[in-house]
Amino acid sequence: MRRRGVSAFLTNVAFAILVVLVFIYLVFPFFWAISSSLKTQNQLFATPLVYWPPVPQWHNYVQVFTDQPFARNLLNSLIVAGLTTLLALLIGGTAAYALGRIRFRGKRTIFYGILGVSMFPQIAILGGMFVLIRTLHFYNTWWGLILSYMVFTLPFTVWVLTSFVREIPRELEEAAFVDGASPIQSLTRVLLPVMAPGLVTAGLLAFIQAWNEFLFALTFTVDNSSRTVPVAIALFSGASQFELPWAQIMAASVIVTVPLIILVLVFQQRIVAGLTAGAVKG
Amino acid sequence: MKRLWLSVLVLVGGLFGGTALAQGVTLHISCGAVGQELTLCKQETQAWAQKTGNKVVVISTPRSTTDRLALYQQQLGAQSDSVDVYQIDVTYPGILGSYFIDLSKYFSKSDLANYIPAYVKNDQFQGKQIAVPWFADAGVLYYRTDLLKKYGYSNPPQTWDELTKMAQKIQAGERAAGNDKFWGYVWQGNSYEGLTCDALEWVYSYGGGTIVDAQGNITIDNAKAAQAINMAKSWVGTISPPGVLSYQEEDARGVWQAGNAAFMRNWPYAYALGQGDKSPIKGKFNITVLPKASTADGQHAATLGGWQLAVSRFSKHPAEAADLVKYLTSKQVEIERAVQGSYEPSWPSLYTNPQVTAKYPFFARLQPVFENAVARPSTATRDKYNQVSSAFWTAVHNVLAGQAQANQALAGLAQQLKRIKGTGW
Amino acid sequence: MQQTAVNKRRPERGMSLENRRARTAWLFLAPSLIVVLLVAGYPLFRTLQLSLTQTSLLQFPLKSQFVGLLNFKFLLQDGQWWRSVENTVVFTVVSVSAETILGLGIAMLVNAKFPGRGAMRTAMLIPWAIPTVVSAQMWRWMYNDVYGVINDILMKLHLTDKAYAWLANPKLMLPAVISVDVWKTTPFMALLLLAGLQSIPNELYEAARVDGATPWQNFVRVTLPLLRPALLVALIFRTLDALRVFDAIYVMTGTNPNTMSMAVYARQQLVDFGALGYGSAMSVGIFVIIGLFVVIYVVSLGVEVD
Repeated sequence: MRRRGVSAFLTNVAFAILVVLVFIYLVFPFFWAISSSLKTQNQLFATPLVYWPPVPQWHNYVQVFTDQPFARNLLNSLIVAGLTTLLALLIGGTAAYALGRIRFRGKRTIFYGILGVSMFPQIAILGGMFVLIRTLHFYNTWWGLILSYMVFTLPFTVWVLTSFVREIPRELEEAAFVDGASPIQSLTRVLLPVMAPGLVTAGLLAFIQAWNEFLFALTFTVDNSSRTVPVAIALFSGASQFELPWAQIMAASVIVTVPLIILVLVFQQRIVAGLTAGAVKG
Repeated sequence: MKRLWLSVLVLVGGLFGGTALAQGVTLHISCGAVGQELTLCKQETQAWAQKTGNKVVVISTPRSTTDRLALYQQQLGAQSDSVDVYQIDVTYPGILGSYFIDLSKYFSKSDLANYIPAYVKNDQFQGKQIAVPWFADAGVLYYRTDLLKKYGYSNPPQTWDELTKMAQKIQAGERAAGNDKFWGYVWQGNSYEGLTCDALEWVYSYGGGTIVDAQGNITIDNAKAAQAINMAKSWVGTISPPGVLSYQEEDARGVWQAGNAAFMRNWPYAYALGQGDKSPIKGKFNITVLPKASTADGQHAATLGGWQLAVSRFSKHPAEAADLVKYLTSKQVEIERAVQGSYEPSWPSLYTNPQVTAKYPFFARLQPVFENAVARPSTATRDKYNQVSSAFWTAVHNVLAGQAQANQALAGLAQQLKRIKGTGW
Repeated sequence: MQQTAVNKRRPERGMSLENRRARTAWLFLAPSLIVVLLVAGYPLFRTLQLSLTQTSLLQFPLKSQFVGLLNFKFLLQDGQWWRSVENTVVFTVVSVSAETILGLGIAMLVNAKFPGRGAMRTAMLIPWAIPTVVSAQMWRWMYNDVYGVINDILMKLHLTDKAYAWLANPKLMLPAVISVDVWKTTPFMALLLLAGLQSIPNELYEAARVDGATPWQNFVRVTLPLLRPALLVALIFRTLDALRVFDAIYVMTGTNPNTMSMAVYARQQLVDFGALGYGSAMSVGIFVIIGLFVVIYVVSLGVEVD
């Protein structure tokens, strides 16, 4: 009896140490970003290293908003990434239902065809995409970015959601079917609630992908009416071409993670909740 | 309706003595990124707009020159008229030359004679003047005046050998005094365009040519060039940190500005930053021309950087665009830029201009730098310049990293350049 | 898979129902297919078309000359290309394996109940939330041999006695770049696997506990098999992304042959050299290699479509 208590204690300690180590690994670079964002030019390069500046330079954060239209860039990013995610979930979700639930000819081809779209490097389709965006008159608009982001968010969403749809017990749907529900009704009333964790996960990942995209955003926008945050950060500069205003870049990077942290906190319950056995049994 | 207006405008324009400018057009100009460069650009273009009654929209572009090139290529390749005036790097004329109009129609020979000749030549493409120099840049040597004095030197090094010896002595002394992070000399050794700039300076200062000469002959496979690169190799891990092979401009400045290096090769931008209020090396350093080889035909060298203005061939208003270029590169604007933003003018005469030197005395020291400036072979190699440069920096980096011998690497490089050249550049 | 076995046992339904279901399926698929065709159709067609030509973006007017499969012949003989293929494959195998193991560990950790789980869940996503262009630059500084924090910490902990030049030493470059990628994308893996873990009904674990299974048996017999679908999707997409790696390598080590990836090389051809033809052929080459990996996954791990 006592030995079991000791070993349980040791397991707990080992577990705690593991948690702490993983936590440090994930967070230390972010800590370093925060600390860098509060340093002066000279503290950035100082030896011995300054781990935390004695007088934090909060004005670096203020400057991000006063020296450049960063608020506008944030808004653009929120709208572009938000709409991209919604659109991908909406049309990807219905496609996933068809692919995961319904048997029909040509399914395999479509499944891999959709995946094949994301097998080309982004730079290779840049030229063609540029022509397309200009032809559709989407150049320098949110819509150009949203449309082009479908290239990488849609295949991903379809695949992830399909794997979720397939795991949902058929009985659920069959019960609805017996009750005389149409496929759309069975999708919205029965499957959608059960798919929520999958939708949240896929949505979160798609959102971050769109949020961080650089190359398309750089090429398909020309001014701040539609420019997103990663491009805006790449445009930060000091007095000359070579100088990197590092503290400001870090401040901006810390700021862009805030909306994502809020998103995670909001959806925390959803991600945490998962599928309880009760919910599946319905 | 629109057409009617236009014809009225043309008529009015004709009536008022052939000022060929149709009034009220909107131009788009791509300028540097945000910050001071952008503010200046906005200010200057607005001044022109008010003067001429046109409108100018400023488009900011990324700081990194490779990102900028990619963006320009997409726009020009798609024949987009979204930008009329492009701010282009010193290496672009050969690469993007066919997308820009000939400006010699708007700039006479005597106009062009005002600018630094090396740039004017650099901005020609297939016999056409496709760009006009806007502001200059060139490699310079930074040295710590206080440390030189402390170790008994009264002058900065004239030759690479002197630099090596001084760096060794200062490094040994400073380390003995307790700073184990101190290094003699920092520069740019990452495999990127910056290494081409640094290595061209070494090779040229040894009399080893410019990789490809003005006539397009491949000249890099020579003993002097090998000697120059071997010299640089001998620095790595001795007077330069091993990490120098991953350094770009800001990495080198990081070591330098913290007071951890005796010498640095960089562009003039680091001067104002180093003299900043809280800089640990404020008032303790100066700049000069880069050293030359101690051989008989050794010469000082500084790789040209800097930015030009060019007009897109897809611009709907080439005449107005050319006029904007003329205004931005005029003497008055260049003085303003020098005084307000410490941009090195493309007019050689301005380096001794009292207005400029009153604000930035170090500009006077830059004149000999530009006299010794050497251009990368982008004019001769035209649209293959990037291939040549990448082959060159890769070969040099291999030698510096100890993965190849200098003479073999250069022989291989010459072969590779021959293949890239094919039947002609 | 269990599911398929269930499917097969089910009695066949009438033809009309099958047809109706198929029609519904196409209806549901239509929006996605239209968007994919619109967005990817022309750009991909253009890439394929250009790969058969010699076209320089740097000459106006564009001169495009049909050369058949010549670009592909050059590609097969291009030493630098094969070098970058090797770099990319090493990069992919090492980083994806590390990410899978770490991601699974983190997912299981976060799935367990312990104080501070909420903080951990948020922290887990942070590396992925910083734009790669910025985080790669940040790591470049952290790796600096003179003022970089990594050397400083290693030396303070007495793990090393001298400063390493992480991004300059040909032997350390690739590992250094890989560890950044692992840091950056483990959250992606972890989140997908977490979602998979949570769809495993608790009763299964309870049933196993009643049978007296050890935690390890639990993991091998319950967790892994049920996690398989999520794991496969995560693996395929991470592999796809890793094979196309660009930003991290480009920002940290440029076009250095020791670390240059396929996509970095393709970008150099397409943008820096303006070689639309050869660069496009290279993109098709990347497509083929990625396709090969997908086939390997599908065959060896048995991805079920139906």
